[in-house]
Amino acid sequence: MNIELDASKCCCAQEKDEQKYKRFDSVISGYKDKEGNLIQILHYAQGIFGCISPELQEYIAEKTGIPVSKVHGVVTFYAHFSTEPKGEHIIKVCMGTACFVLGAKDIVDALSDKLGIGVGETTKDGKYTLEVTRCIGACGLAPVMTIDDVVYQQVDKKKVEQILNNEEVKEHE
Amino acid sequence: MSDKVFIKSADDLELVKDAFLKRLHNYKYRVLVCSGGGCVSANCHAVKNALLQAIKDNGIEDQVLVSETGCIGTCNLGPVMAVMPEEVFYTKLTPADIPAIVKSHLVDGNICQENTYYDIALQKRVSRLKDIEFFKNQVKIALRNCGSIDYSSIEEYIANDGYMAAAKALGEMTRQQVIEEVTNSGLRGRGGAGFPTGIKWKAGYEADGDEKYIVCNADEGDPGAFMDRSIIEGDPHSIIEGLMIGAYAIGAKKGFAYIRAEYPLAIERFNAALAQAREMGILGENIFSSGFNFDIEVRIGAGAFVCGEETALMASVEGGRGEPRQKPPFPFQKGLLGKPTIINNVETLANIPPIIFKGSQWYAGFGTEKSKGTKVFALAGDINNTGLVEVPIGMPLRDIVYGIGGGIPGGREYKAAQIGGPSGGCIPKEHLDTPVDYDSLTKLGAIMGSGGLIIMDEDKCMVDVAKYFMDFVQNESCGKCIPCRLGTKRMKQILEKITDGKGTPEDIDELEAIARDVTATALCGLGQTASNPILSTLRSFRNEYEEHVTDKKCATGKCKELVSYRVLAEICKKCGLCAKNCPATAITGSKEEPYEIDESKCIKCGICLEKCPFEAISTN
Repeated sequence: MNIELDASKCCCAQEKDEQKYKRFDSVISGYKDKEGNLIQILHYAQGIFGCISPELQEYIAEKTGIPVSKVHGVVTFYAHFSTEPKGEHIIKVCMGTACFVLGAKDIVDALSDKLGIGVGETTKDGKYTLEVTRCIGACGLAPVMTIDDVVYQQVDKKKVEQILNNEEVKEHE
Repeated sequence: MSDKVFIKSADDLELVKDAFLKRLHNYKYRVLVCSGGGCVSANCHAVKNALLQAIKDNGIEDQVLVSETGCIGTCNLGPVMAVMPEEVFYTKLTPADIPAIVKSHLVDGNICQENTYYDIALQKRVSRLKDIEFFKNQVKIALRNCGSIDYSSIEEYIANDGYMAAAKALGEMTRQQVIEEVTNSGLRGRGGAGFPTGIKWKAGYEADGDEKYIVCNADEGDPGAFMDRSIIEGDPHSIIEGLMIGAYAIGAKKGFAYIRAEYPLAIERFNAALAQAREMGILGENIFSSGFNFDIEVRIGAGAFVCGEETALMASVEGGRGEPRQKPPFPFQKGLLGKPTIINNVETLANIPPIIFKGSQWYAGFGTEKSKGTKVFALAGDINNTGLVEVPIGMPLRDIVYGIGGGIPGGREYKAAQIGGPSGGCIPKEHLDTPVDYDSLTKLGAIMGSGGLIIMDEDKCMVDVAKYFMDFVQNESCGKCIPCRLGTKRMKQILEKITDGKGTPEDIDELEAIARDVTATALCGLGQTASNPILSTLRSFRNEYEEHVTDKKCATGKCKELVSYRVLAEICKKCGLCAKNCPATAITGSKEEPYEIDESKCIKCGICLEKCPFEAISTN
């Protein structure tokens, strides 16, 4: 059985808990007889629920028969999984070598300054989470940052201000 | 439901090839729109849509075929497209440029010069791919289809002799012959370590076991490297074929592709390619009527650099924490799920089909005596032409930087090339003529690595660069062994101390000692190579470290704590903007007296420098 990646799309805002669990249960049963698929299951969990809370970790352990200590160990090992909810929009600054050489640090500082949060933190209104990411493979456009799926290229301090202002405008439209 | 042919033999492949070429022949033009990572980020889809619309508006749909390809290579010029068969290369496109290009070129037959490739070094436009310096000296073997075929078409892959090598191996060659051919080609693992692929396969072949696995390592974690990603996105079938040939050689029925989660596009395109191959019977049972069964499963990583290390990768494929373990037992003895397992890097696998199809002698004709073939590099940083390049191994670094790369922007000087990512080292100016091959690079304290090649100009501080890599490795250390867990942390602390202006000459010695100890004692490849950026910058740029600790100076101004700000009295117009904006009230002066910065109060925020309209603030 090949579950489409679309099944993991986050619909947190529109979906009730009950629906999320129902969707997640079908994922788990699809993987039931396959060996070593915990990481794949966790990808779906994060997609469906937005994060993998301690309660959800227990739920996964119970459903799969994998000890909760192992589930927790794997969740916290990988950077891709988060145990806390993230902001509505995720801002990522690429920290690949090319971006670093061309000034990614200044972008992080400017964003941190503007949003009043550090790396890994979420703004009080729950709107933005600021993250740094390893190479996204757009080295030719360095330095780059992304907001959700949109890539902004050759960013500098001034452009950061522009980008955030545009985001605000979009919000109010 | 589907018009896909079921392939039972090499002859069936020929039929698919002929049918495709015949169909292509019906078109007057073919436009290749690059959909590599860089161009997607630059929104090539809007350009493609504009192209389709303009073609429709001009009523030439039956004359022009538009295809999306993988990375063409010139990543800083996106979106780009090539018009075939004339090979005219259009760059930096916007949807607004398209109607004029379609009308002029595709309808009237006149090239739109003003949108074609501009060569910065030559300061002129060069319109055809074959005349462009960036492409001229490249030899594309692993990237043979990348940027020149529709990545989503298995028919076009077959039309370029795709799966012919697999058919040849399965139909005409014994398993030993396949291994011999790969051994004779001199191919070495392209993931970084450079282990001979043929010897690895032989070990897999000889290993006892009813079940064996072959794994494609696509956990390309080096910051600044995107070769593997580009190959999977641009030519996914070459990886499937490489895995299939490897599986046949070692005797595996099942393969895994471990792709990092950060590459959703690669995962999507690879999965689509798998589905096509299964549909045509190229994956599955009794492949090419040879009795050989094989299929591939994709496993997605979850963001851990250490998973590129083979034992960690296997732990991750099995669904656990990606922690490495002691070797031996080596994966070929006891690998995935306890079975003999061979793990090859993406680029290595992409080289396999042409080696089998054209023969080892042909492949061994490229490269140097000890390092055969070609290597793909992701060229980035302070260089005019950034992007993806493939060159014969042994090409002097100077030719890559100044020939293909077009030199350093803004007329600045080359300082160093960082090669091999966090496990690699840097090559200073005096070694610019070094041939880029495994052994020459190792002699310089760098490594070939997976192919990240970052060029740095004179404005880059090498201590800061070493700190960047140490920060990366420390963050990615899995914590299992003490030398790596504590050693990287301590090295990072010392580097921070130095860049903060609090370092002493003894710190440099301690840094070097720890670096050597970690190299000697860490458990896995990540830890054993973690010190390389420090050792190699110490080797070539020790004077910079010394300047930081003794003179408390950073000549490039990158280390903020070591920068001091000064008002140039002769330029100062006494406007007072600097003092007004200084958050630390460190600047005093008046309309009569020139302004001055009190260094003891200065917090080095740089606001005065930014605010001064007369450029009267200087840094050392």
